[in-house]
Amino acid sequence: MTGRFNQAIETARCTGRWQALLLCMALLLLPYSVWAADLDSALAALAGASLSKVPAILEEVEAVGGEAAVPAFTAMLEGDLYYRRSDKRVVRAVRDDAGQYQLSDPLSGASLGASEKSALRKVKVSNRVRIHLRGAIARLTLSSEDPRQRLRAAQNLLERPDEDNLPLLRAAIETETDPDVVELLQTALALNLLQTSGDSEARLGAVETVAGSLQPAVRNQLQSMVQRDDDGNYGEEDAAVREAAQRALVTIDSRISFYGSLETVFFGLSLGSVLLLAALGLAITFGVMGVINMAHGELIMLGAYTTYMVQVLLPQHIEYSLFIAVPAAFVVSGLVGVLIERSVIRFLHGRPLETLLATFGISLILQQAVRTIFSPLNRQVFTPDWMSGSLQINSVFSLTYNRLYVFLFALVVFFVLQLVLNRTSLGLNVRAVSQNRSMARAIGVRADWVDALTFGLGSGIAGIAGVALSQLTNVGPNLGQAYIIDSFMVVVFGGVGNLWGTLVGALSLGVVNKFLEPVTGAVLAKILVLVFIILFIQKRPRGLFPQKGRAAE
Amino acid sequence: MKLSKYFSKAALLAGSVLFSATLHAADTIKVGVLHSLSGTMAISETTLKDTVLMMVEEQNKKGGLLGKKLEPVVVDPASNWPLFAEKTRELLTQDEVDVIFGCWTSVSRKSVLPVIEELNGLLFYPVQYEGEESSKNVFYTGAAPNQQAIPAVDYLMNDLEVERWVLAGTDYVYPRTTNKILEAYLVAKGVDEKDIMINYTPFGHSDWQSIVSEIKKFGSAGKKTAVVSTINGDANVPFYKELGNQGISAEDIPVVAFSVGEEELSGLDTKPLVGHLAAWNYFQSVESDENEAFIAQWKAFIGDDERVTNDPMEATYIGFNMWVKAVEKAGTTDVDAVEQAMIGISTPNLTGGVATMNKAHHLSKPVLIGEIQEDGQFEVVWETDGLVDGDAWSDFLPGSKDIIADWTAPINCGNYNTVTKTCSGQNM
Amino acid sequence: MSVATTPVLTGQASAVHELRARAPLFLAVLFGITVLAAIGNLAFPQDSIFHVSTYTITLLGKYLCYALLAMAVDVVWGYCGILSLGHGAFFGLGGYALGMYLMRQIGDRGVYGNPELPDFMVFLNWQELPWYWYGFDQFWFALLMVMLVPGILAFVFGYLAFRSRVVGVYLSIMTQALTYALMLAFFRNEMGFGGNNGLTDFKDLLGFDLQADSTRVGLLLVSALALGLAYVASQWIMGSKMGRVILAIRDDEPRTRFIGFRTERYKIWLFVYSAVLAGIAGALYVPQVGIINPGEFSPLNSIEVVVWVAVGGRGTLYGAVIGAILVNYAKTRFTAVWPEAWLFALGGLFVAVTVFLPQGIVGLFRERLGGRRA
Repeated sequence: MTGRFNQAIETARCTGRWQALLLCMALLLLPYSVWAADLDSALAALAGASLSKVPAILEEVEAVGGEAAVPAFTAMLEGDLYYRRSDKRVVRAVRDDAGQYQLSDPLSGASLGASEKSALRKVKVSNRVRIHLRGAIARLTLSSEDPRQRLRAAQNLLERPDEDNLPLLRAAIETETDPDVVELLQTALALNLLQTSGDSEARLGAVETVAGSLQPAVRNQLQSMVQRDDDGNYGEEDAAVREAAQRALVTIDSRISFYGSLETVFFGLSLGSVLLLAALGLAITFGVMGVINMAHGELIMLGAYTTYMVQVLLPQHIEYSLFIAVPAAFVVSGLVGVLIERSVIRFLHGRPLETLLATFGISLILQQAVRTIFSPLNRQVFTPDWMSGSLQINSVFSLTYNRLYVFLFALVVFFVLQLVLNRTSLGLNVRAVSQNRSMARAIGVRADWVDALTFGLGSGIAGIAGVALSQLTNVGPNLGQAYIIDSFMVVVFGGVGNLWGTLVGALSLGVVNKFLEPVTGAVLAKILVLVFIILFIQKRPRGLFPQKGRAAE
Repeated sequence: MKLSKYFSKAALLAGSVLFSATLHAADTIKVGVLHSLSGTMAISETTLKDTVLMMVEEQNKKGGLLGKKLEPVVVDPASNWPLFAEKTRELLTQDEVDVIFGCWTSVSRKSVLPVIEELNGLLFYPVQYEGEESSKNVFYTGAAPNQQAIPAVDYLMNDLEVERWVLAGTDYVYPRTTNKILEAYLVAKGVDEKDIMINYTPFGHSDWQSIVSEIKKFGSAGKKTAVVSTINGDANVPFYKELGNQGISAEDIPVVAFSVGEEELSGLDTKPLVGHLAAWNYFQSVESDENEAFIAQWKAFIGDDERVTNDPMEATYIGFNMWVKAVEKAGTTDVDAVEQAMIGISTPNLTGGVATMNKAHHLSKPVLIGEIQEDGQFEVVWETDGLVDGDAWSDFLPGSKDIIADWTAPINCGNYNTVTKTCSGQNM
Repeated sequence: MSVATTPVLTGQASAVHELRARAPLFLAVLFGITVLAAIGNLAFPQDSIFHVSTYTITLLGKYLCYALLAMAVDVVWGYCGILSLGHGAFFGLGGYALGMYLMRQIGDRGVYGNPELPDFMVFLNWQELPWYWYGFDQFWFALLMVMLVPGILAFVFGYLAFRSRVVGVYLSIMTQALTYALMLAFFRNEMGFGGNNGLTDFKDLLGFDLQADSTRVGLLLVSALALGLAYVASQWIMGSKMGRVILAIRDDEPRTRFIGFRTERYKIWLFVYSAVLAGIAGALYVPQVGIINPGEFSPLNSIEVVVWVAVGGRGTLYGAVIGAILVNYAKTRFTAVWPEAWLFALGGLFVAVTVFLPQGIVGLFRERLGGRRA
């Protein structure tokens, strides 16, 4: 939009509801725009338009249609806007479960029937176009009924300050009722003033307004005010305003650094929870049974592939797929675990180091099996919508949902496992066999059977870890290898045979790693953690929480 | 089984190692395929093995070459770098192949290089790489940095008005060199050093929380910021996921990647990637007759309608066709004759243009920038006006700015220093 | 859980006796094959039926290096019960030490013609040679480092670990952490060892062109000699009083300690000896395969070495050699003839050997021979 329009608006004194203002604007614009009969035909120009022409077309659509164009803009932003090859009609097309595309009018939403993909062409969208669309939607929806939409619109205006938006902001603040939106709008307005107003009093007032805000745009603005440019002049000429800006900056910086450390703790706990999930299964097979299971990583991988299979079999239910995948992965990996125990490991009792060799062979076989069955390519595992995005606490601190859920999930798995081991008869048997095998047998525990179940339990937990990892990383044949060494480190560090040790070990290693990372870089942080573990084990050979009593030897 | 049988079997085994005399079948032309089929690189390289096999099959349908059938010899170097050298020797001396198509990583090529030069073999290397190399025995059909990285940065700078740069890469030679080149290039273009952030991560890095958060902070300084990513393979998925989850969209901070292609995208949930960019010399979505035919042929060959094509496949396609043409031109598969015949040979590429082999054993290519779409394909948003000639030695590195490669007389050298007029580093 | 017991192994006296008895045969076979191969390669023309191809020579040379590495593992595992999952670290360090010498030997024949800096430093804008590269232009220094670096690392690690009585599984996993940390470190380009690409493009060794057949044959013979010497030296150690204590530690460390032996000292020195062997193996390996990179430190590689020893039969030395050669030969063949599925075969072999042949292939033969088993 150009200044001319705003001038026109000002002179027209359209200061009522924003809709009215827009209407005025649209009316005023009409003579200047290329004569477009109506919104439909303006939109129709998008069919087959090259990317460089799209912004001009969009401007016209916005001018002609006003808020009526928003559904079409939204569809375009989401990549759902197509045109029919036959008649060049611009339509909104959404793929249905049958693979057909359901067409509808992008403006009215009226259904236009179904179509094959081949009959459609996509309306080209690039980042520039998306930026343009978001700006347009923000301008047009500042008066929307939905407060969330208004919030987004205000945020957009805040991040892209433009002198032209001043009257728009003023008008919006007057009518706005939602306090969050008002705050954002006021910040946006203040920022705008700081950049444009010649009145130092007004600027001082604006600094006070933004002083508590953590918006990056605010910080950048304040920063630019107190810094000298190349000629040695401050960005802000008035000393009093500068001082106020400096004070505001100090407050903001200290708050940012506080949230920064909170964030690092969260990152660390999240990394730790991944380690915990990966290591829990091993804590059972290795810690309780003494089997050095090198195929543990591959059991995790099987869990991830199970998630993939669940999504392939139930393509309509991606949102719930993980709830099905968790028990499924437990069963699949658990059964494979039982199979491994029955066919190989039971022959190697009392020879822990040899279980390492045999399970190493098994891990090679499992990897190649997956490669043969699923191809060596990574598999596409979808993230349900509720796992995407982040919980925005303020503009510098947010917790990503996938990490948050994985963290909670790891804790749940841990406590359920504790319950199983300490409160069920299976747990009792497992502990009995691991503490004194021959005595347990003597009192009638079927040690063989318990072995198989224990190994199955550990493997099943590994499978569950695979479900969680499928949401964080690649699902491919090499998935397991990436976690096997870390898992061993965690178990050994925490103390073999002690689940609490594994919990504390995993979380603390995660946090330490994340605090080191910004200082040393990711690789060196990992190396330092490894060296630390090596030295720690020299000091305390039995780990953080050594097993006590006779079971220890 | 009797013990004597054990011994005789063992003796037989030993004998076959020591005195394996291969029968050379003179009625076929052997094509060596040196791509990892197991280990970490199998994910990328298996596709190229299949591409070569497809091309061989196709050529045989056309009646072979010089009246002989082509016979592929496939070996598995198992993502193990010394094994690449060993397998090259095996292909050249035991199987006596006439040409090798292979390698993906730079380290595998570096491992193969001394062997292929010693035994005077012929290698076609189909992957984008860091440059700084030109061997008489290797033809580089992937992109050099000036055919991928520099045009991408130009696009960001001119079209998206990016002022602040994050150069993020996996810690190995390709990203290191590319970032060195880009850094020098950006500084030469007037970008302040403070506006460049360089970050390296290990292979397969999966926990991107801290780095993405750092990028977010770096990008919130009020200037348009972009990430130039030389992050390799497996580390990409978690990276993009983290970007998406931390609320960084392609409009805020676009990421342009040099190692993310259609095949990588087919293995992941593309939602968080939509709008991010990649620079390649080929996209499956490019509309041309050759490309449509190639895609149809590939899908039929592999028997999977969902399989995608990618840039290294095009490089393999071009390399193979060039080799066929050169052999026909030379009338023999003799390496020296073919090597001379290769220079100046042109074949159609898949994007509707023509690829020509230059004197430095690199190709001329168009450079395309594509935006990732939800279906895992790319929408081309920008391309170079003409073809860009592959530059083996970067002009932006102090060590190599005076070096050129020219495999025609009178220079006939892969590292010719134009200042001292000397040729160094040759194994001949 | 008791880790130290290794019930399948033979008793002390017979183990040493057997080593001595097998020595002449072992040495005869080793030198017989390598010398024959050498003559076959150098003396017979290409088209002769007795010609041994250079490919075979390099392959044999590589196998012998692996065999030496396997023997190093067997020395600590088979005779002292220390299962090291990190011998790749010592192997790699030895390899890097010699690789650095070979890099310096390139001199100004590198692609950039820089007389001082290796190529990878030139294009990453290194201004001067890092201090730890000094001295590596001297062969004697490199040779010293080949043994010293792994030796010192093993000493420090062993000193810390054995004194605090880190045993069994814990020790194995710590050795794994060691090699993993080294792998990550060497992958970093800032370390100045060429990062992922490692060191390559070697030209000559002590003035001998590495691409000449005669050099290759020479390296093969040196490898055979090293292997033979290592066998004799290890046999001597095991036969000495120290060897008796080492075997006693393997069979029951606490009891040996109670008798009054400072078991950790014996373990440290044996570990150092083994690390030096591994370092030498690495140094011989590098000029023959032409590249050294951080992949050699990969924990999986180290596990594989242990598997070779297990397949061959541990606690016999020659078993480790047989295992290393056999598994690697199988790998070479399978990757050529059965590329898509060789991992199935390899994995299956490991499982089968551990379950059905706890004494490895050697054990099979021993039983058939009606045995010298005690």
